[in-house]
Amino acid sequence: MSHAKLGLASYWYCFRGVLLRELQRFLQQRTRFLSSLVRPLLWLVVFAAGFRAALGIAIIPPYETYITYEVYIVPGLIGIIILFNGMQSSLSMVYDREMGSMRVLLTSPLPRGWLLLCKLLAGAIVSLFQVYAFLLVARLLDVTPPAIGYLAVLPATVLGALMLGALGLLLSSLIKQLENFAGVMNFVVFPLFFLSSALYPLWKMREASEWIYWICAVNPFTHAVELIRFALYGQWNSMAFSVTAGTATLLTLGAIAGFDPGRGILRRKTGGKPG
Amino acid sequence: MSQSNTSPAVSIEQLCHHYGQRKALIDVSFDIPTGTFLALLGPNGAGKTTLFSLLTRLLRPSSGSIRVFGADLARSPGAALARMGVVFQQPTLDLDLTLRQNLAYHGAIQGLSPKQVKRRSQAELERFGLWARCDERVRDLNGGHRRRVEIARALLHEPDLLLLDEASAGLDLESRTHLYQHVRNLCRDEGKTVLWTTHLVEELDANELAVLLRRGRVKGQGELSALAAAQGHGDANALVLSLSEPAP
Repeated sequence: MSHAKLGLASYWYCFRGVLLRELQRFLQQRTRFLSSLVRPLLWLVVFAAGFRAALGIAIIPPYETYITYEVYIVPGLIGIIILFNGMQSSLSMVYDREMGSMRVLLTSPLPRGWLLLCKLLAGAIVSLFQVYAFLLVARLLDVTPPAIGYLAVLPATVLGALMLGALGLLLSSLIKQLENFAGVMNFVVFPLFFLSSALYPLWKMREASEWIYWICAVNPFTHAVELIRFALYGQWNSMAFSVTAGTATLLTLGAIAGFDPGRGILRRKTGGKPG
Repeated sequence: MSQSNTSPAVSIEQLCHHYGQRKALIDVSFDIPTGTFLALLGPNGAGKTTLFSLLTRLLRPSSGSIRVFGADLARSPGAALARMGVVFQQPTLDLDLTLRQNLAYHGAIQGLSPKQVKRRSQAELERFGLWARCDERVRDLNGGHRRRVEIARALLHEPDLLLLDEASAGLDLESRTHLYQHVRNLCRDEGKTVLWTTHLVEELDANELAVLLRRGRVKGQGELSALAAAQGHGDANALVLSLSEPAP
């Protein structure tokens, strides 16, 4: 049976299995689910309330009227949910690698690139639960995108989450030791988030500083957030889609090429700190 | 079995591996004949786990080659891995998932359909006397039972070659004996080829085929009792003890 050439169906069964496992693990980590919701909700309730008076938001696409700061910040907060999830699931892959369950995954006869893609996609899909739970609470707080937005935001979120998961995986391959991952959170996660359109519109950034504006404008996270922002209001943004899809492809290819399961073993054998 | 019994299940040729400057394996060559049980013996640090990591493709060899039923592991990894079932030294089950869920995950990544997974999971868990507990979490099983689940999982996709890395480590004597007998039977009754890595020679029969590894080199291969005699030791225990002694 197993000696037969693996057909396309096998690739699907594999993806299905990896996704099911991620969902089963997710269901067992209810506290992690709740704590992951607390972060964006704090931003929405406390941070946005404070900034509401300070920041006037002009009418910019995709919005058709003046909006409150809470409305503006919601797509950026979806961005931070998938950004943290991407980093966390990559962390868990490093952890898995150490703990051995990554070893089991790698005994699969399917190509490693496919196995990693399955992991990344499964992580992105699991993020959707958090995103929709967040949107539900946001709705109770008067952030009410149109019905079509709730549907359109799904593929936009998955693409953004795939991009950020691939970034996390690539970083975990490049980082020598797990301890350094905390540094990456500071040097990668926070700059990505703050130097983007998640918290302030780009024109507002431009008023403050031209070069900060340019950094924000080329930051792929900005484009993921904008893709989600437009999708949430049932609109299409070609630029945001192209940059997000292109970056997701490049990072995924880089993460697959850079993946080396021997690294954890190498560190132990050469007397380095276990990663 | 699709291959003839004359070609080896595993053929290792001039395998070398080093971690940075440190040489872990030096010119290791041996075959595992199809349908046989072969013990890979050596003290801790002899290079057994490195060899195991190379066989399961977690590491790439610095030089040399590994063929599994004729398929080169570096060039056709899929064909080689499809015929391999692996039990790692470290526990690799998801403790919070049930037995059934753990097996389902493994079946899926092996490319089996849900229907096949269901049928094979039941068959393997029944064989190991664990079917009644299939919906319990792995966390609730004792060490010996967890090991059995790992072997059941490794056999799920009906591999011809079973690799076990110190599978009996951490188990009590009774569980160890049971495990060894069970794997031995798989070999005898179903024609599976088995590589059993261990540093505990007392769990093996004296007529077992073995490869001795010391400091990354093959120190001898053949029947355990004959190996002991050839190296000037009264029994296999003394032989393995001698392997742990520092080189003169």
